[in-house]
Amino acid sequence: MKEYKTITRIAGPLVFVERTHDVGYGELVKLQLPNGEFRSGQVLDTSKDVVVVQVFEGTRGINLATSVKFLGNPIKLSCSEGMLGRIFDGAGNPIDGGPRLIPEKRIEITGAAINPQARDQPADFIQTGISTIDATNTLVRGQKLPIFSGAGLPHNDMALQIARQAKTLGKKEKFVVIFAAMGITSEEAQKFIKDFEETGALERSVVFLNLADDPAAERLITPRMALTAAEYLAFEKDMHVLVIFTDVTNYCESLREIGAAREEIPGRRGYPGYMYTDLASLYERAGRIKGKKGSITQFPILTMTGDDITHPIPDLTGYITEGQIVLSRELHRKGIYPPVDVLPSLSRLMNLGIGPDKTREDHKQVSDQLYANYAEGRDLRGLVAIVGEDALSARDKRMLHFAEAFEDKFVRQAKSEDRSIFETLKISWDLLSSLPSNELGRISPELKKKYYKGKDDMQADEPAPAQKDKKDSTEKEKEATVGKAAARTPAKAEQDVKKTTGKKASKAGRKPAKNTGKKPARRKTAKARALKAPGSKVKKRK
Amino acid sequence: MTSRKGTLYRIAGPVVQAKGIDATMFDLVNVGKEHLMGEVIQIEGDITTIQVYEDTTLLRPGEEVVTTEKPLSVQLGPGLLTSIYDGIQRPLPVLVEKMGDYIRRGVYADGLDFKKKWTFKSTVKAGDKVKGGDVVGTVQETSRILHRILVPPLVKETTVRSIRSGSFTIDEEVGKLADGTVLKLHQVWPVRIPRPVSKKLLPHKPLITGQRVFDALFPLAKGGAAAIPGPFGAGKTVTQQTLAKWCDADIIVYIGCGERGNEMTEVLKEFPELIDPKSGKPLMERTVLIANTSNMPVAAREASVYTGITIAEYFRDQGYSVALMADSTSRWAEAMREISSRLEETPGEEGYPAYLSTKLADFYERAGIVNPLAKGIEEGSVTVIGAVSPPGGDFSEPVTQNTLRVTKTFWALDAKLAQRRHFPSINWLNSYSLYIDGLEDWFKSTVAEDWRATTGSVMTLLQEEDKLMEVVQLVGKDALAPKEQIVLETARLLRESFLQQNAFHEVDSFCELSKTYDLMKLILKFNVLGQRALTEGKRAKDILATTAKDDIGLAKFDKDYASLLKRLDKKMDQEFNSLR
Repeated sequence: MKEYKTITRIAGPLVFVERTHDVGYGELVKLQLPNGEFRSGQVLDTSKDVVVVQVFEGTRGINLATSVKFLGNPIKLSCSEGMLGRIFDGAGNPIDGGPRLIPEKRIEITGAAINPQARDQPADFIQTGISTIDATNTLVRGQKLPIFSGAGLPHNDMALQIARQAKTLGKKEKFVVIFAAMGITSEEAQKFIKDFEETGALERSVVFLNLADDPAAERLITPRMALTAAEYLAFEKDMHVLVIFTDVTNYCESLREIGAAREEIPGRRGYPGYMYTDLASLYERAGRIKGKKGSITQFPILTMTGDDITHPIPDLTGYITEGQIVLSRELHRKGIYPPVDVLPSLSRLMNLGIGPDKTREDHKQVSDQLYANYAEGRDLRGLVAIVGEDALSARDKRMLHFAEAFEDKFVRQAKSEDRSIFETLKISWDLLSSLPSNELGRISPELKKKYYKGKDDMQADEPAPAQKDKKDSTEKEKEATVGKAAARTPAKAEQDVKKTTGKKASKAGRKPAKNTGKKPARRKTAKARALKAPGSKVKKRK
Repeated sequence: MTSRKGTLYRIAGPVVQAKGIDATMFDLVNVGKEHLMGEVIQIEGDITTIQVYEDTTLLRPGEEVVTTEKPLSVQLGPGLLTSIYDGIQRPLPVLVEKMGDYIRRGVYADGLDFKKKWTFKSTVKAGDKVKGGDVVGTVQETSRILHRILVPPLVKETTVRSIRSGSFTIDEEVGKLADGTVLKLHQVWPVRIPRPVSKKLLPHKPLITGQRVFDALFPLAKGGAAAIPGPFGAGKTVTQQTLAKWCDADIIVYIGCGERGNEMTEVLKEFPELIDPKSGKPLMERTVLIANTSNMPVAAREASVYTGITIAEYFRDQGYSVALMADSTSRWAEAMREISSRLEETPGEEGYPAYLSTKLADFYERAGIVNPLAKGIEEGSVTVIGAVSPPGGDFSEPVTQNTLRVTKTFWALDAKLAQRRHFPSINWLNSYSLYIDGLEDWFKSTVAEDWRATTGSVMTLLQEEDKLMEVVQLVGKDALAPKEQIVLETARLLRESFLQQNAFHEVDSFCELSKTYDLMKLILKFNVLGQRALTEGKRAKDILATTAKDDIGLAKFDKDYASLLKRLDKKMDQEFNSLR
């Protein structure tokens, strides 16, 4: 193999070599510095006259006397099941002091696009143990669902929690976690590894570390290494793989850096015009393939510059991924962990992974209802800031309090709290039961009958047949008592007591006459529950 | 002396340069040892620049480049329907067979099956006069579509020398014309050139989508062009897919251009299972899918919209109404930008090439309702519905703006509505349709005399609500005048019981025009009765407490909506009569 000493220009991470043989596009390159040190790189542009090489480890120390060798093949990763439990640097070399990996297979890291015809539709629910994800933004096996975070928010804690807790229902299959760190600080990296070691997660993990002070060019191959390992484990070894990237923003910065060094014409905010395609070549490597047992699920984390969701990085990511989990600084300031803002968050594949056979029949409706009520409550906060809480109608006040309770009981959980989807749904019903039944417009009567624990005295306003109403009400009462027994927190118990008394009162009130008895009963139940105008309370559509 | 062969000189990603080849612009070339497909996009002296539709890793300078001397073309003939192609008309199932689960390179695949035999019935006889575009026979391609075999469009008037019916493959000769043209079941047409028509007509009938917000408020004409811009998560893809499923076009061409792989899988899985409510036939039988996902080669993405629209035009020429959905044209524009930046062209706005607006206009101009070349066929149309994905949801960016200049219907998706789970999340204040006037007559004669007045009142009420809401935000609902409270309530009914539509509900997913009309009428009636009752001295509180209006929404999910609405209509009258 020929060696060249014909470097003519060095700029940033790029080296320009002249008078070479015909070098292939994307070929792997080995450089030997005058001091004997080796570097590796990749051909970015090749022609008869000049070859542009991107050096992964940076160009420090490279001079015109450095010799260049073109290896004739693209970058490959050595893969074997022995990768599990190991830690590699961003270029795929082991850095945990363990033995060299004996490769079973060497695979090109660029990967190819999965033929849409060969893809299988994601369908299996993944339980992360985090309510805001499981109930309202469900993750499905084969999905790519990023976390949009901001500097200083606890996205890494969330990532760790998910890596620890993610499992499928029923079979309790554990995931293999592939963790690719791109440009994170060594402190963060150590925290990750320590956590992995302590929880025993490392045994079923493969870690690739490209740290903040590692070269930018290497950062561009780190996620590809990780995905190649993921594809190998998923589609050749039948494993279910969860890939966590942190932080995609650093990756994109490197992309811009290389683009600028090549003097390319920049697109929006200086990022290269091909960033969408480039990011797609990472994210689209998630999925399932027909006839293969394994799957790749991606959980990329990115920090939004200035918390701006319209910045090119989150923007392009959102267009490729199947939803997003958005973290909120406001919730974080309130001391709520995980600070997931469910309103802008979304899981596009949610409906594929939930329902009677997968989670529970009420999952979808509960999620929609929580969403709607929380959105309304959040809107009202703005109004309260202007007119004060006293000016609100009783219904509005309920929504406002619902939003508070939602954040406190549903969103908030401990870093080690692994809530099952059923616990999450129970919390949801507890919250929903604090509202009158007729305000839960997105839940069908059958499901309400089965799960709703609150009192539905508001239905008294509806000209519904008295017989049916009564029957419902007795059943609800029973359920309310059950709910009371299950109450865990004092606050909850208090709520339930209120409910039961309210029920009795309303029942008592119903005896003498259908209509006249209602009013005193309602006044008794809740101070402010009287309606603004009896008619303005409209039964919502189903 | 021209040379068909040259050698590769430079490779930088999907754009390569070759020397020593005499090619013509947009000629298809085979690049390198693996014969990758490429297209000439720039010629400068000795250097020919080529965009390659496949991955270029390990191509080396010095490898051979051969021009086919033909532009990028599609094969048009029986077998198009129910197919799924990549951006350059390679059938994806064939690619799976040939190269496995991943898209590898250097594989050629015909767009149509050359082995399959079709039953051809000629409709002309020897001696008949024909010209380009005329129908010479038919093939029953799917149970619902009769594929008309056309004389290649550029043939001058001549006579049929011979023609035969029978069972043929698409490449067999079925007849001959006096000028020597051989008639086959398939023909080839370059994708970047619009197929000729006899005359373009003015759009005069609507594309019925079955979606209330579109049909009633922002109708799209057959042969028109619509843009659906919206930030991610606003429901572009769901809207496009809903239209593909339910609109009343004869043929659907659906282009997934630079979008998600899993989404295409969903389409692939779902479409064959869907049954058309009108004909009872699988919807797939009228559909051609083109899938070039975001990580498939970018040059093929650029070509995919042309491939799609050429296929659409071919069916239009047979006299069908075709609807083409492109999801998303922003990805297509980005593909152009990427290629342009590799060519080191001077960029226009936001790095997009300066010719962006020309290219967009050229594309949307291929939509239209036309008088096809074929004699005896009066009309064929291509309706284009392009999704736009503006970065950050900002509609002032170049792709949205340039698209708006050439499309006449604008369906603005709104992330806020989507977050509130109001679907389809079409913002009724920002959207518009310039076809309303042109379609008025059609609606008048087909649905109801007062269609225009009805939809007009709906829009007025919704606009009024928007103004009133500003007041409500400041002082609360109670401070409004009784009249305004009724308006607000009517608008709420319109939003919840009319505009909102569940794309996944078996009944509500498609709403016929008569139902759309009846729903509007009954909701408006509440407003009329309410306002009248006020003038008669009734209290707003009591009017708002009537219950008939609250059940109007149930009609959306009811197959027998007419009798329900009739009952509610009666109930509403009674309630108002008994107001004290």
